[in-house]
Amino acid sequence: MASSIRWTPPGVIILTLWIAGLVPAFRSFWLGADNELGPDPVRSFEHLLGLWAFRFLLASLAITPLRLVTGYSLIRYRRTLGLLAFVYALMHVATYIALDLQFDFAILWRDLTRRPFLVFGMIAFLCLIPLAATSSQFLIRKLGRNWRRLHRIVYVALVAASAHFLMAFKTWHPEALLYVLSGSILLIIRVGYKIRSQVRQTGAKM
Amino acid sequence: MISRSFSEPRPSEITPKEYYLRRRMVLAVTGFLSAGAATGTVKAASLATRPGGFGKAETPTSLADITHYNNFYEFGLDKSDPARLSGSFHSRPWTLRIQGAVAKPVIIDIDQLIATHQPESRIYRMRCVEAWSMVIPWDGIPLADILRQAEPLGSAKFVAFTSVLRPDELPGQRSGYGSISWPYVEGLRLDEAMNPLTLLAVGLYGETLPSQNGAPLRLVVPWKYGFKGIKSITTMTLMETMPPTSWNQLAPQEYGFYANVNPDVDHPRWSQASERVIGSGGFFGERRQPTRLFNGYGDQVAHLYAGMDLKTFF
Repeated sequence: MASSIRWTPPGVIILTLWIAGLVPAFRSFWLGADNELGPDPVRSFEHLLGLWAFRFLLASLAITPLRLVTGYSLIRYRRTLGLLAFVYALMHVATYIALDLQFDFAILWRDLTRRPFLVFGMIAFLCLIPLAATSSQFLIRKLGRNWRRLHRIVYVALVAASAHFLMAFKTWHPEALLYVLSGSILLIIRVGYKIRSQVRQTGAKM
Repeated sequence: MISRSFSEPRPSEITPKEYYLRRRMVLAVTGFLSAGAATGTVKAASLATRPGGFGKAETPTSLADITHYNNFYEFGLDKSDPARLSGSFHSRPWTLRIQGAVAKPVIIDIDQLIATHQPESRIYRMRCVEAWSMVIPWDGIPLADILRQAEPLGSAKFVAFTSVLRPDELPGQRSGYGSISWPYVEGLRLDEAMNPLTLLAVGLYGETLPSQNGAPLRLVVPWKYGFKGIKSITTMTLMETMPPTSWNQLAPQEYGFYANVNPDVDHPRWSQASERVIGSGGFFGERRQPTRLFNGYGDQVAHLYAGMDLKTFF
């Protein structure tokens, strides 16, 4: 990252995105370390990281629908948003294992083999790993068409993360429903445009 | 003979007094500042209590944590909602009705109830189904003492509890989306209700129960998950058949009628093997401890379930 900072306006925006994007994590970590995160600080921190992971995932997935609908492209910021989603997911999982379970791997194993709530969460996280790993300009060029195919995994991540989010509450939670609904709308816009362009293509061939 | 002895917590389990006092001071200051704004609501008044024989050795979770971290869906879904949104709830005047399979149905005024049965202070562990726990110094009256007033009939096998229904004062009851169908209802088998551990709490830390914790009276069944402890009770009905219970109606695979604390019966979505101890040392030191069968009250209650498969009747 640091080596590739370009002092052009987009470069500055990307740097700002990174700094601003990490503020919620640093702020909560600071409050947590100071014991100012309420009666159950670990849970509060864990949930905040998960929520921001989902927010950045939605933001990265909103770039293309935004272009399709308004013609306005923010594509150059999509990688930063996607990587922020990954970084938050990584911190979320690390907090779960280190601070919540306190490295009790017996419980971790039981959770990951028996509980759909945590299985969905882990699927979402595992999906984001290859996406983050292949996010460099070099690999985007090298993988070419395969890069686009690989990055369709993000939709699996979205579906798994949505299930995880909804199942985190004992009842239907309006906030979680709103986030999942937003993700679904983004997906529907994409699929809608895809179908329309295919219909046009077949129409042109006839 | 039911044992009144308790397994004592390890010294490390106990909230350091220094923290506990500091939290109380913070609470006192904030309470003073907000007192002016809280007109129209019932403020905590001190209760005349007598010491009970239960859990004397346990050092309680701070009052601030007990009153600012709890589930009370009538006020909202978040655990900070009850303290934040309970300002317009009126817990006086209040009457408790005991009806159904009883020889003498009664309607008792809450203040009369407190005056006739001098509340006893008891320190109980509280284990939430969400895998966290606290230690709470309740002031209350054994449920058995109250039920006996109504003289349950021989045919009575269960007690059904009904909570308050007041959408005007309880924002969570106004929301349109489907979750719990109000009012909240709970139930116990009669022998569970008559067990000496089962308490109707009217106070906390020697003062009347705050609205967010279930004023003016709530059920406390320390060997069961917290959701069995129905709050702001209006009616108790003695029944011959098992009554419906709110969480069981909502998700029968996740919440059983018995809901006894059991580390070997996991919730479908998370492990019940261990629990986070609220207020036990902050961010890096928050303690996770193994959960005990019947929340450690097996000596007092295990006989109630002799011969029952606890995995089937969870």
